[in-house]
Amino acid sequence: MIKIEKVSKKFKDLAVLKDISLEINKGEVIAIIGPSGSGKSTLLRCINLLEIPTSGKITINGVELLEKGTEVQKIRQNIGMVFQHFNLFPHMTVLKNMTYAPMVVHQISAEEAEKQAIALLERVGLQEKVHEYPSKLSGGQKQRVAIARALAMKPEILLFDEPTSALDPEMVKEVLEVIKSLAHTGITMVLVTHEMGFAREVADKICFLDEGRVAEIAPPQEFFSSPKSARAQQFLDKVL
Amino acid sequence: MDLDFSLVIPYLPLLVNGIILTIKFTVWSTIFGFTWGVLLSLIKISSFKPLALLGQFYTSFFRGTPLLVQLMLIYFATPQLVGYDISSLEAGVLAFGLNSAAYISESIRGGILSVDKGQREAAMALGVSEFRIMKDIILPQAFKNILPSLVNESIALLKDSSMVAIIGVGDTLRWAQQVQAKTFRAFEAFIVVALIYYVMVMVLTAIGSYLERRARVSD
Ligand SMILES: Nc1ncnc2c1ncn2[C@@H]1O[C@H](COP(=O)(O)OP(=O)(O)OP(=O)(O)O)[C@@H](O)[C@H]1O
Ligand SMILES: [Mg+2]
Repeated sequence: MIKIEKVSKKFKDLAVLKDISLEINKGEVIAIIGPSGSGKSTLLRCINLLEIPTSGKITINGVELLEKGTEVQKIRQNIGMVFQHFNLFPHMTVLKNMTYAPMVVHQISAEEAEKQAIALLERVGLQEKVHEYPSKLSGGQKQRVAIARALAMKPEILLFDEPTSALDPEMVKEVLEVIKSLAHTGITMVLVTHEMGFAREVADKICFLDEGRVAEIAPPQEFFSSPKSARAQQFLDKVL
Repeated sequence: MDLDFSLVIPYLPLLVNGIILTIKFTVWSTIFGFTWGVLLSLIKISSFKPLALLGQFYTSFFRGTPLLVQLMLIYFATPQLVGYDISSLEAGVLAFGLNSAAYISESIRGGILSVDKGQREAAMALGVSEFRIMKDIILPQAFKNILPSLVNESIALLKDSSMVAIIGVGDTLRWAQQVQAKTFRAFEAFIVVALIYYVMVMVLTAIGSYLERRARVSD
């Protein structure tokens, strides 16, 4: 479903991604891990073109993203993204946050958007917060709303960029549980995380990035028990 | 010193006209200045360099020359230049709108840049168009951040509007000049006018704090 071929990304002279190739199948959960600065966020952001690769090819459902004439907005509608800092719209209530994009992008009616938003809020356990502003929510609640907001667009792909890194420890669990409940429900997930235990538990594949290169791709059991690359071994020794 | 406010009483009905004119003038200049200011701020953050430079030059010109000179220039030069016999009121609104747009656009530009870039990214990731992102996500947050300076700009416009009396617009200040000419007394008329400006500014200030309170419901 997502095919990344020889993707490189430079910021000015800084090569952040080097020749990345990676294939992600439909419905799969892939965790991207690696040291800070290894290019995890950049790689993730290339998938919905928040960053434009300097070279290489990305294909989603057979559509080449970097080709001229590709409708970037159309592509993005099918890819939800959850950010480290939530990025809820502070001037909109929880409900408006969730109905805004479906209404202006998919042009569904307000009633339909609200019905769907409330159903999703129930799913993340926040139905009683519908009319609150984001400033009234805890970090964990904000992130659950952000996940629900992404789901409201009914995307086939969900990208997570360290969704629990900005949270107080006691709120990590509630967010991870929501993410876990979405895994293997048909939606394709790409998850950048520092939560090794969680990656091991939910991911089908681990992609280990090191200095802008894919150093290793392996199923979690294999990766965590016997990493092949020395860099992965070092990394795991440090974080586990 | 003898003061006799009863002297100005016969002229009060005329004063009402002056006040209405001042208000009308301020409202139109604010609307014009604000609309053009928003556009100008977008021009200044445009990634098309020549356009952005033009916007910057515009701002530096209107901020670098006296408003009174701009007013005179527009009032006296327009008929000569384009053959249109511009009324003093039109010239006033034009000069004040063009001028305040320069100041407003600077605040708005700052307001836009102060919005967290994660906001734009979140909206982009949802597939929202550039235009809607600006209109629904960025500008509302930018306005909220700069509301106090927008209110100040409107107050400045109200006070500066008294300059149009110079080119003969029958505004509040002009009334005092006329009363002075007829009664040969200055103090009474000017103190009345000063008080009226003060009251109008206080009303605007109150409207401003009301708007700020409303904008803060999401905090
Ligand atoms: N917009 C940018 N401009 C310039 N350099 C950037 C930009 N974004 C990222 N970088 C650089 O690219 C490198 C990789 O950044 P990236 O955010 O992808 O790393 P990461 O693996 O997500 O790290 P972390 O775990 O700290 O989030 C870093 O050296 C970073 O400073
Ligand atoms: Mg990162």
